[in-house]
Amino acid sequence: MLNIEKIRKDFPILHREVNGRPLVYLDNAATSQTPQQVIDVIVDYYQRYNANIHRGVHTLSQEATDAYEAARIKIQKHFNAQKAYEIIFTSGTTHSINLVANGFSSLLRKGDEILVSAMEHHSNIVPWQMLCERTGAVLRVIPMSDEGELVIDEYHKLLGPKTKLVFVNHVSNALGTINPIKALINAAHKIGAAVLIDGAQAAPHVKADMQALDVDFYTVSAHKICGPTGVGVLYGKEEWLKKLPPYQGGGEMIAEVTFEKTTYAELPHKFEAGTPNICGGIAFGAAIDYMNAIGFDAIETYEKELLAYATEKLGQIEGLKIYGPKRNKASVISFNIEGIHPYDIGTILDKLGIAVRTGHHCAQPIMDFYKIPGTVRASFSFYNTKEEVDTLVEGVKKAKNMLV
Amino acid sequence: MTIQTIQEEIVDEFSMFEDWMQRYEYMIELGKSLPIIADQYKTDDNIIKGCQSKVWVHAELDHDKLVFTADSDAIITKGIIAILIRAFSNQKPQDIIDADTNFIDEIGLKEHLSPTRANGLVSMIKQLKLYAVAYQTQLN
Repeated sequence: MLNIEKIRKDFPILHREVNGRPLVYLDNAATSQTPQQVIDVIVDYYQRYNANIHRGVHTLSQEATDAYEAARIKIQKHFNAQKAYEIIFTSGTTHSINLVANGFSSLLRKGDEILVSAMEHHSNIVPWQMLCERTGAVLRVIPMSDEGELVIDEYHKLLGPKTKLVFVNHVSNALGTINPIKALINAAHKIGAAVLIDGAQAAPHVKADMQALDVDFYTVSAHKICGPTGVGVLYGKEEWLKKLPPYQGGGEMIAEVTFEKTTYAELPHKFEAGTPNICGGIAFGAAIDYMNAIGFDAIETYEKELLAYATEKLGQIEGLKIYGPKRNKASVISFNIEGIHPYDIGTILDKLGIAVRTGHHCAQPIMDFYKIPGTVRASFSFYNTKEEVDTLVEGVKKAKNMLV
Repeated sequence: MTIQTIQEEIVDEFSMFEDWMQRYEYMIELGKSLPIIADQYKTDDNIIKGCQSKVWVHAELDHDKLVFTADSDAIITKGIIAILIRAFSNQKPQDIIDADTNFIDEIGLKEHLSPTRANGLVSMIKQLKLYAVAYQTQLN
């Protein structure tokens, strides 16, 4: 059982007011809030050992390097990657995906096929379209059902000898759907295709095991799991990371440089050109520690309870439609009220101190699928309460009365 | 009436309200009285970029004055554009170009003025003024 009252004390931001009312923060799928324990790590870094890493001989540089590499190991252990150097620090999921997409430019041929799911974030669509433009490969889409689930039979039909890569999110940001990634990975591997799973939305809710999943690439952003913005990781299997060429050139990623030829550094540095977000990486490690101290099993149980409560309460509002699956879903509710634009609801909720996301959630194909301009999305974290759900429900009712 | 007088009138009306809810309810009411754009002009070309909701604006010259019609799929956005159009429609293009928009701040809608806000109020004002510039050139 989680002690929510105690947990909320860790988050200074949850105690502020917005428009004269206590903040009800329900935009966790966009960015989670940061606990004091992580903020302290950030402050401590700049107060005590801010220095560039991996090349200094002085004490500060060594301390910063040790902390940064310790964070990498924490992240490796958390995701159960086999090797620490299979964890590449990036600026976040978008950077991670672009790194892989760019790397595959040299490995794909004209006519090769890559499969992407119909419920992807734009960041997991656009890089692959760009890759197709560069290589002549063909992008094919795994369709989804009205319930917001992938049509697995169609996926099996799409898989073929030309399929080289499959990209699917672990959890859909717009609908909350938890995709059956293990089965998708197994099927792709049978025909020799590589799989990238976008784990940005899954990481705050479940602990993904890289070895058990046998996934080739997995991407995560720190700011979705109580860490800072601008940092994330790419997990890649060693064999794949060795095959891919470097993404960006610069310092840190080289072994030797002459004007005739440069040899690249070993993993993970080959993909980490330039001075990284050192403080961010260290704070990411602290965020992982914080989440694990609370415990992912307890988080999952509590969030399910919140989701069920919110689904029931919102469902009682006449004319309110929830998009996405009824089961196998993360704590995200995407909804609309008949005849009202989601933007209007979001504006009124903001005036009431309630933060939600409105719009297409960077997943326009899903909105086109449902033929809607967007949705209102409330996403719940382990620090949200049932009282906050009640405030949301009251807010939505108030908005409905004003707007109809 | 000059743009200045209309703006003062709007500020006056809004000053009667005590809280944001009343202001928003009034704005929603105003949205319902917006001079609606004819279907033939509800084209992609007439959509104002930078809004989370769709906003269409059309401008037509009536003698020496510019007349605006518009629509939006979101009611609050419709209210905002209705306020703008009330101030700027049926005015000479040069007057529209010269008009300031401080009244938006005074009626308590300042929060909508941020250029990064997804409602596109700033884009709407810019678009109305662009029409005025285009028609002023034509008149010259």
